[in-house]
Amino acid sequence: MAVLAQEPVITQTHADVTRDVVATLEKPSTGYVLMTLGAVGLFLVGALTFLILVKDGLGHAGYNPPAFWLVYITTFVFWIGIGHAGTLISAILYLFRSPWRTAVYRSTEAMTVFAVMTAALFPIIHIGRQWIFYWLMPYPNQRYLWPNFKSPLLWDVFAITTYFTVSTTFLVYGLIPDVAAVRDKVSGWRKMVYRAASLGWSGTNNQWRHYSRAYLYLAALATPLVLSVHSVVSWDFASSIVPGWHGTIFAPYFVAGAIYSGIGMVLTLVIPLRRVLKLEHMITEYHFDNLGKLVLLTGSILFYAYGMEYFIAWYSGNPFEQTTFWRRAFGPMWWGGWTMIICNAFVSQLFWFRKLRTNVTALFVMSIFINIGMWFERYVIIVSSLSNDYLPWVWDQPNPTWADWGILAGSFGWFGMWFLLFARTFPIVAIQEIKEMIPMPRKRGGHH
Amino acid sequence: MARPRITPGVLASFEQIDAATDAIKALRAGGHRNLVVYCSHPNHELEEALESPVSPVRLFTLIGGLTGCTAGFTMAIWMNLDWPVLVGGKAIAAVPAFVVIGFELTVLLGALLSVFGVGLLSLLLGQRGVLYDPRFSDDRIGVFVPSAGDTAPTLERLFREAGAVEVLRATP
Repeated sequence: MAVLAQEPVITQTHADVTRDVVATLEKPSTGYVLMTLGAVGLFLVGALTFLILVKDGLGHAGYNPPAFWLVYITTFVFWIGIGHAGTLISAILYLFRSPWRTAVYRSTEAMTVFAVMTAALFPIIHIGRQWIFYWLMPYPNQRYLWPNFKSPLLWDVFAITTYFTVSTTFLVYGLIPDVAAVRDKVSGWRKMVYRAASLGWSGTNNQWRHYSRAYLYLAALATPLVLSVHSVVSWDFASSIVPGWHGTIFAPYFVAGAIYSGIGMVLTLVIPLRRVLKLEHMITEYHFDNLGKLVLLTGSILFYAYGMEYFIAWYSGNPFEQTTFWRRAFGPMWWGGWTMIICNAFVSQLFWFRKLRTNVTALFVMSIFINIGMWFERYVIIVSSLSNDYLPWVWDQPNPTWADWGILAGSFGWFGMWFLLFARTFPIVAIQEIKEMIPMPRKRGGHH
Repeated sequence: MARPRITPGVLASFEQIDAATDAIKALRAGGHRNLVVYCSHPNHELEEALESPVSPVRLFTLIGGLTGCTAGFTMAIWMNLDWPVLVGGKAIAAVPAFVVIGFELTVLLGALLSVFGVGLLSLLLGQRGVLYDPRFSDDRIGVFVPSAGDTAPTLERLFREAGAVEVLRATP
């Protein structure tokens, strides 16, 4: 079809691909070092804030009646959502055999793992007494107690733990052949490290036979998993009767939002990274165009969901529901409500224009709006509903405190630090999958 | 750990895919079944030439998934019966509330056992002591035929005729 961006003709040979990707692991550029130092600095801000919270308690974070879920739960949902785009690109698009995923899937998969790692910190920070977080897990204990399996919060513990384990497995599993390729190119102590990490991989027909088959099954298992994870997160809210939360639309609405935010984050990360690692010839406007189409699809689902939420609030005839949505648009949190609508519903519609989808600067700017919009979406859903519950005399308007901003900044530092370290240690572009797309030379000429 | 003994045989390097598949087909026609073929990525032409059966790793996935599903429901039901707390008017063993737990453990154990299966089948039970060239993870295809000394010259000739760019003989 003429409207589809053409898949670029790959002019590189197999040897070029190995050489170019291994080159990203050589001496880091100044840009890279500055970005990593910035991330570590932010992380230290978060770590310091956390220590103060451990010493003094969650009062610093504004935990007061009626709202006990504030910025930390908002940021938890935000980071979990970020991870979803990675699994969509690495697993779902693999099952759909989308060739464009190959250049970006490793970075998005790494993003998933580190985003879930970041998200997992938040319930622990949020519980206040972090040193007994293991009470969330079912284990035999002296009190003869078991956790409440009928609570969506416990479902979430299982969903997030599984998601983290499976995503990490998927990432590490995909890395093995590429680490072996790096092993065969480097020397000295690095060779020893990559040799150990390649787990004896040599790319034999027997290894590929089992590997490829299991990769298919991992993708098939990760696909329903990713859809389930944010559905379960949405049920943390939807299975309660809090106004603004109790909606059957929540699961698909949250999954679409998660993927939308995740692709926003992919763009935010990949655009500077491909420049710093000199991968412009591998990650091209063809890939950005396709990512932009996914933003458009998921952003449009969000647009619909926002409209439907307001419609159902009006149609329900329930004054609490109606009041909640009225206050989201015109109450004390109108700034949050409109930020989310503008950044998500409206900015996503700009992706109808191919010129914008293929303009790297425009994409980067729009991706920042997506990140901001999706954080605000969760903040509005959580805080506006909890602070305007069924008891109007306890209504309150909590605002983020320094402890909230400190931990939020720290989470970006923590995430960025791991992502950047990963990008310098392991191939950020999947060597073997790119090679699979390049026709091998033939003695009889032509291509298969 | 002691290094595995080197398997005697002939190793050929190819730069062209059809040269490698020609050699593999000729070897298989000559009754050589125990070939080791190296490539930097999965390749359908090589798979077709080798006529490899489907990997049994799917059994690991199935067993893992079924175990996870059973474990998830059993754990939730047993723990609720062991500590019976009435929640929201639901039955003590409220199966619909445990679907998420059952599902998550299905995925978790299915995935973990699949990877374990790959490790077992390809890394631990795979052939050891077979000659390897670092260029096989780059841009070359390798074909190794285990052979005792007397058939080696015939194999070397076969490889060269097929278009191998390099042929090595492995001696123990």
